[in-house]
Amino acid sequence: MTDIPVPAPAAAAAPSASGLPAWLSAVHPAWWILGFLLLFMPAMAGDFVLVQIFGWSFILGMIALSLMFLGGYGGMVSLAQMTIAALAGYMAAVFGTSSVAEISLGLPWWIAVPIALSIATLFGVVVGALAVRTAGIYTIMITLAISAAFFYFALQNYEIFNGQRGFNGIRAPVAFGVDWRAPVPFYYLTLALAAASYLFVVYVGRAPFGLALQGIRDNARRMAAIGYNVTAHRIAAYAVASFIAGVAGILLTWQNGQISPGTAGIPAVIDILVIAVVGGLGHPIGPFLGALLYALLRTFALDVFSAFGFESTRFNLLVGVAFLVVVLASPDGLVGLWRRWRDRRRPAAKPSGGHR
Amino acid sequence: MSRSLAGWRIALVALAVVLFAWLVLAPWPQGFEAVFGRKKVFLNAVLNGITLGGLYFLVASGFTLIFGLMRNVNLAHGSLYLVGGYVAYETVEATGSWLLSFVAAFLVTAFLGLLLQWFIFRRMEGQDLRQTLVTIGISIVAADVMLWLWGGGFYQIAAPAALGGATQLPLISSVKSNGDTVWLTYPIVRLVIFAASVVLGVAMWLVLNRTRLGMMVRAGVDDRDMLSAIAVRVPILFMLVFAFGAGLAGVAGVVGGTFQSLAPGEDSRFLLVSLIVVIVGGMGSIPGAALGALIIGLAEQLGSVYAPTYAVALTFLIMVAVLAFRPQGLMGRA
Repeated sequence: MTDIPVPAPAAAAAPSASGLPAWLSAVHPAWWILGFLLLFMPAMAGDFVLVQIFGWSFILGMIALSLMFLGGYGGMVSLAQMTIAALAGYMAAVFGTSSVAEISLGLPWWIAVPIALSIATLFGVVVGALAVRTAGIYTIMITLAISAAFFYFALQNYEIFNGQRGFNGIRAPVAFGVDWRAPVPFYYLTLALAAASYLFVVYVGRAPFGLALQGIRDNARRMAAIGYNVTAHRIAAYAVASFIAGVAGILLTWQNGQISPGTAGIPAVIDILVIAVVGGLGHPIGPFLGALLYALLRTFALDVFSAFGFESTRFNLLVGVAFLVVVLASPDGLVGLWRRWRDRRRPAAKPSGGHR
Repeated sequence: MSRSLAGWRIALVALAVVLFAWLVLAPWPQGFEAVFGRKKVFLNAVLNGITLGGLYFLVASGFTLIFGLMRNVNLAHGSLYLVGGYVAYETVEATGSWLLSFVAAFLVTAFLGLLLQWFIFRRMEGQDLRQTLVTIGISIVAADVMLWLWGGGFYQIAAPAALGGATQLPLISSVKSNGDTVWLTYPIVRLVIFAASVVLGVAMWLVLNRTRLGMMVRAGVDDRDMLSAIAVRVPILFMLVFAFGAGLAGVAGVVGGTFQSLAPGEDSRFLLVSLIVVIVGGMGSIPGAALGALIIGLAEQLGSVYAPTYAVALTFLIMVAVLAFRPQGLMGRA
């Protein structure tokens, strides 16, 4: 057979040689290895690594993923995602149980969590409705202003947000006979939800809605001219992203056992942007890579610094410089670096291949 | 818009102005004070708001000038503010001269602005997102370096003794039961600084609208290619405007350090203030920055007196209302 360019969907539908269903054999072997590694991680790693490195990476990765969804597919870089996550965490504390008995309503988790998610998603839609009135750089500024307003509001409001102290004693529930607070179940919980949101974003990116969204990103006027409601698509994208961020926010609150205004402070908001950009806005795996790197740095920077004879408090300097280097050298982050390295390694052997 | 509607609008504005003038000038009746609190508190909040607006204008005007001409989004503007403040503090410590500290802060931040424009913005013209990300990175690094050098403590720049006292204003604070009128006293330094920011604002407006340099800047806003085609050296013009805008942030840092205090976190606070002010006032408009700064300053101070919990939410609500009804900002061009 000659080397005829074949579009990817047709190739995926063709029967495969190994006898596996086509959709299974289309998955790159590297994903199988990664999947097995993550699934059997509890056998290899201790509780600290499971929760503080991997659990945290998955959670931060989900929040950054919601930013990647908006920024990469929708062209709207929103700095409000950490705020939406924190709002979901706050609402889980207000409607669920915490040590602050005067405010917490103490509802069971299967009521409190859906309420918290709905409120966070609704808030995200309102933020989106405001933000989509503007474009590009204005979106960044407005969402940054909204995040800061939320931070100061939570700091000063005692009726709902309990001011500076926030809430503590928030626990993952015991459900279906499993104590989800324990390290191994919590690891699997975060892994499952992170994988689900990753697959969901990949799926939406190829579904008609995601394709329309990418069309709007590339040329909003043309999409409007062929009959797409640009504003509705953008706001819907905010709703999707806010839901993912909300789930992550509740997980984050469960992991920390507490939530306070600092969770949504400006440094935290910027950190999510750093994670998403360093990982790469071009592919949904980017945010998780960035998050893992961030969690590793955050946890082990102290040791690294003392090894090099620096003061251990200069963490932000390291993160800032690393961020600058990535942004200046590779605007599409680690994913972009990897893609370029891969392309250089096999220099145009199959220039026409439809596979990626 | 129909003529009658415009008439109504003018009448409404006039009514608000008269009401505000009465609130400020007339002594408040007893029953009124019982409901709204003492007049002195109100007057102080209004004056604090206006003078705070002067400070906000200084920070935001540099930001909006840079954005208006070059479409450069400089999210390190707050860092320049804080650098200016720290430099001024060191200058005052070393020389004892408050006025010299303005010069030092302006020169240092203007030089940093030149570096930013030369090494960063010139290389990524028109790439909004990259500019934003790079300047965020710079502000993270700058914040940590400043924390390293100056620590986490609070610094206040000492104002000269001549400006230290308070003065009596021709505004009635209250009327005593024996009929004596009590006049309002107010710190001189705040009035001086406010006057200086007004003078600076008017000067900027005059330069932009009445001089050849200003004409070039405005032409650069509208059509930069055409401007370079008629032999104006646009890159140099841009460097100068960027340096001036950055210098303004430094000067604002001196003012802020005298008014309030310098500490880590002030950089992001003033960056945020600049963002809100220019969103409310309109991107790239100097009169818009003045109006926005006044509104935000007043809202913050009146809010903190009459609704302490929701002061921040109030400024935010103003921004939301402006976005909802006039997305280009109050004085912005559609």
